[in-house]
Amino acid sequence: MSGSNVIAVDGPPFAFTEANLEAVRRILAKYPADRQASGVLPLLHLAQRQNAGFLTLQALDYVADFLKMPRIKVYEVATFYTMFKLQPMGRHHVEVCTNVPCWLRGSDEIVAACKRKLGIGIGETTADGQFTLSEAECLGACVNAPMAQIGDDYYEDLSPESMEAILDALARGEQPKAGSQIGRRGAEPMGGLTSLTHMPGAPAERGNPDGEV
Amino acid sequence: MLKDEDRIFTNLYGFGEPGLSGARARGDWDGTRDLVHKGRDWIVDEMRKSGLRGRGGAGFVTGMKWSFMPKEVSDRPHYLVVNADEGEPGTCKDREIMRHDPHKLVEGCLLAGVAMAAHTAYIYVRGEFYREVEALQRAIDEAYEAGLIGPNACDTGWAFDVYIHRGAGAYICGEETALIESIEGKKGQPRLKPPFPANVGLFGCPTTVNNVETIAVTPTILRRGADWFAGFGRPKNTGTKLFNISGHVNNPCTVEDEMGIPLKELIERHAGGVRGGWNNLLAVIPGGSSVPALPRSICETVRMDFDGLQQAKSGLGTAAVIVMDKSTDLVRAITRFSRFYKHESCGQCTPCREGTGWLWRVMERLSDGRARIEEIDLLDQVTRQIEGHTICALGDAAAWPIQGLIKNFRPEMERRILEREAASKRAA
Repeated sequence: MSGSNVIAVDGPPFAFTEANLEAVRRILAKYPADRQASGVLPLLHLAQRQNAGFLTLQALDYVADFLKMPRIKVYEVATFYTMFKLQPMGRHHVEVCTNVPCWLRGSDEIVAACKRKLGIGIGETTADGQFTLSEAECLGACVNAPMAQIGDDYYEDLSPESMEAILDALARGEQPKAGSQIGRRGAEPMGGLTSLTHMPGAPAERGNPDGEV
Repeated sequence: MLKDEDRIFTNLYGFGEPGLSGARARGDWDGTRDLVHKGRDWIVDEMRKSGLRGRGGAGFVTGMKWSFMPKEVSDRPHYLVVNADEGEPGTCKDREIMRHDPHKLVEGCLLAGVAMAAHTAYIYVRGEFYREVEALQRAIDEAYEAGLIGPNACDTGWAFDVYIHRGAGAYICGEETALIESIEGKKGQPRLKPPFPANVGLFGCPTTVNNVETIAVTPTILRRGADWFAGFGRPKNTGTKLFNISGHVNNPCTVEDEMGIPLKELIERHAGGVRGGWNNLLAVIPGGSSVPALPRSICETVRMDFDGLQQAKSGLGTAAVIVMDKSTDLVRAITRFSRFYKHESCGQCTPCREGTGWLWRVMERLSDGRARIEEIDLLDQVTRQIEGHTICALGDAAAWPIQGLIKNFRPEMERRILEREAASKRAA
């Protein structure tokens, strides 16, 4: 129910590359021989990655036939899960979390910065096909809010300025540094550790870790 | 205050090396072989004595849950399934375990597997956690390579496999039977219980589903002893716990502390206090989006454990503490949760499928004051027609934050309606 209501679009014939077929063999070995339908999520992930970030009707049918599943079962799965996209996507999918923990820390301003920078609204793709902008439900990085996912990476502790800088870098073809944008290593408090101060590897002094460990 | 030497997740912040050498230096995989040899009954008994209650939200006693698995293995193999579909708004603890302390989880899988006579574990990680999957897979690969898991895990003769199954963006798959459906390659729609997973779970076989944190604390509990773990917190609410403190605090963070720590102390000691000072506090959601918000008066004294928060008519949930200061539009915040539950309803049960959308639409009007006073009671009534009338708890989770809002913050809802009415009269 949470997924897309859009019908998949037609595309050219689809088949896994040799490298992906090898990956498929490894994936399917995880499941009992008579339970190969378990491979449908990983195979759809793989197909989507091979096909520029979205699944065509041909890709869905290929995965269904590959797993000997009724095609309708694969359509059901592809439309249920939000990560499966049935429409062409921008090269960079920018998903800004707007659930409450991020909203309390200013996700409205992050969304506004993206809209301003990219000149598009939520659910839209830039004319050059570089960016698609979405709002995401909680992405599970709440103590590093506000945050956004772009592709496989999380960008955390964002400000409108750092968000714009990230988008600029991507537009220039660079790979901006993922994670906290204010120098946190992870989920530790800024302004000094309150626990784990005596552990091996912890910063020698109480204070802001420099983020490079 | 909990001492560092009594903390389980000593690489919580990732300052140390997450790989096997770092993990061993932190005490992981130490004497695992002996623990396995102590056997199934000893492990289950020790876990029961530790008092550990499930860390995924429901708080069921872990040792008891494990004891529900069949005593004898029939022709149907037993499965351990680890719920790493972390997505309850406010919750971000399992992520830290997977990326910074993954060997605790892998070792925990082996020990829990032995305790339930399972030779296979599937860890279901939410699809968005791509980097966390990479980190966890590295740990699994290392464990295989070192012979810690595999055909002869830790040289015990016990065969044990650990596999990651990546989800694809559906909050509902955090419900254990929806998660099982999802591993089987279907839409994540919860199953009716009974039969319970311990009898008919994954692939129709006996299965136990546990949260990441529950499994990851297991090796340390078994090594240091049930009494050590049970020495923290209050009876029936024992141990240490990861807390996520987000929202309007000076230093949002994740921290491990003792169960039962007063909420105020948790916020002031670890998160640098409420933005603008304690008196600037409006409300706290103490356990993720599904539990009711608490007004400041209750936050003053409430303790962070299952029973303490239940007495306060809220819940520990996932121990995700969302702090809101007086600048917060609380009605708007709860409306955002309503939108979330509408988005994530799987569509199977009518009260939830139709009800979550209805709640959201009414909440949208209420947050602007575009409603009548009587509708607040109607809203409360409708939440009670959803609550308890669906297969899984998503319906309840959609109902409770609204019920909490009405119970604790009704004057604010009424104020908006009256103000809007007055404004439109003035305009007329």
